[in-house]
Amino acid sequence: MSKLIATPGQTVGPFYGYALPYEKDRELLAPGALDSIRLQGTVYDGAGHPIPDAILEIWQPDSEGNIVSRTGSLVRDGYTFTGWGRCAVGNSGVYTFTTVNPGPTKPGAAAFISVAVFARGLMNRLFTRIYLPENEEALAKDPLLSSLDPERRKTLIARRDADGGLTFDIRLQGEGETVFLDFEGTGTGDAAQ
Amino acid sequence: MPEDVNLETYNADALTEDLADAVTDLHTPAPKAAPSPAPRVETQQDLSAEIKAIGEAYAEAVKNGAPQETQPRLDFAPYRSSILRHPTKSLHHADPETIELHSPAFGHQDVHALESDLTIQHNGEPQGERIIVAGRVLDGDGRPVAGQLVEIWQANSSGRYIHKRDQHPAPLDPNFTGVGRCITGPDGSYRFVTIKPGAYPWKNHLNAWRPAHIHFSLFGTDFTQRIVTQMYFPGDQLFPLDPIYQSIVDQDARDRLVASYDHDLTEPEWALGYNWDIVLTGSKRTWTENEALGAEGDDDE
Repeated sequence: MSKLIATPGQTVGPFYGYALPYEKDRELLAPGALDSIRLQGTVYDGAGHPIPDAILEIWQPDSEGNIVSRTGSLVRDGYTFTGWGRCAVGNSGVYTFTTVNPGPTKPGAAAFISVAVFARGLMNRLFTRIYLPENEEALAKDPLLSSLDPERRKTLIARRDADGGLTFDIRLQGEGETVFLDFEGTGTGDAAQ
Repeated sequence: MPEDVNLETYNADALTEDLADAVTDLHTPAPKAAPSPAPRVETQQDLSAEIKAIGEAYAEAVKNGAPQETQPRLDFAPYRSSILRHPTKSLHHADPETIELHSPAFGHQDVHALESDLTIQHNGEPQGERIIVAGRVLDGDGRPVAGQLVEIWQANSSGRYIHKRDQHPAPLDPNFTGVGRCITGPDGSYRFVTIKPGAYPWKNHLNAWRPAHIHFSLFGTDFTQRIVTQMYFPGDQLFPLDPIYQSIVDQDARDRLVASYDHDLTEPEWALGYNWDIVLTGSKRTWTENEALGAEGDDDE
């Protein structure tokens, strides 16, 4: 099969608010459900100001590390874990998901949540990962984390909150800029020609 | 999908474009003697000059052997809101792992078949030119992306978004929300019936207008293929002036966002047809036969 060139992305713009959010979009589990945790953070711009018009998506395995392939993310039944959620940040740039700690998808692998970031003023979506902070040994062996210097590596590891939840801030630019990922191997994230 | 639109509930989080305050209100008479000169308002000429300079530098680079670009530049200053919102470090290469090689599944539990018709969401017919927008979602190897979610949103025929923060003086249409969804067919096909959106004024600079566009949100078979983009209409005179469209500096790449008029899609005495195919990046996964046949993601399995 011939290789096709990917269609370009464009900014999500300012007016996704009546289109992309939906009821329980950020609740991969019902809040308060057994094993549910809060995943929260703030999205910042290059001046260190919270961005009030960003929208995030997370995609993750369940707590056992299984990748689920179940429909029902848009119309949640309150019981089926689909692994995917969406959250538009609030006026103060804060997002909150209810989810579970992802399990490692392979024995000994570092567990992480995959993230896509969209915002007004952001020309194309960005990908990153939220790693759980606990398993130092797995984190040390992780191919992505070990390819980063310590300062940059830190930006991908969530903080464990006192309530058992996770905090993960996203900085689009400047000091502590989050590591964003290029899966295409071109340095720009563009598909190869 | 809301039955009735309550403007107050719509995302008050999103703001209109940053530079609102910098733009002169044309309807306010100028004071007789301004105490101090107002800061100079950026004009289309200023922006067009910047866009042109970037375009020329790119053409020169390509002439000297640089690869053709295929995606928008994250750092594209003519879109002023991007200045503080683009990473300054280059994206870090990662081999997609496990979860990233799969995608969330959507099906007919999630999306009702009628959600693909944006003209029947209210009691009456929306104003404007009824159109059909149809095409296929393919991956970088030309495989159809079957059973996946496509979401769209757009302005109404007068260029107004049904959004609290869009306050420009064009009429709202009580019969048009401008939001649609569908699940792609086994051949990756999608089809929406909607109204042709109007051009939309924004405040990036004085007299800034967006070419008519429909926002598209797409998933592939791998989460790495996730994309949000905008579809445009052929022959729009605003293309050269628009910093968002022009953030894709390569003409061939820009053209990939423009639908083609398709008379075979047009329905007599009903609606004009536009065709637009979307190509995602290549899947990095090793495929099973069922997946390659497009079985994934369908409730009815």
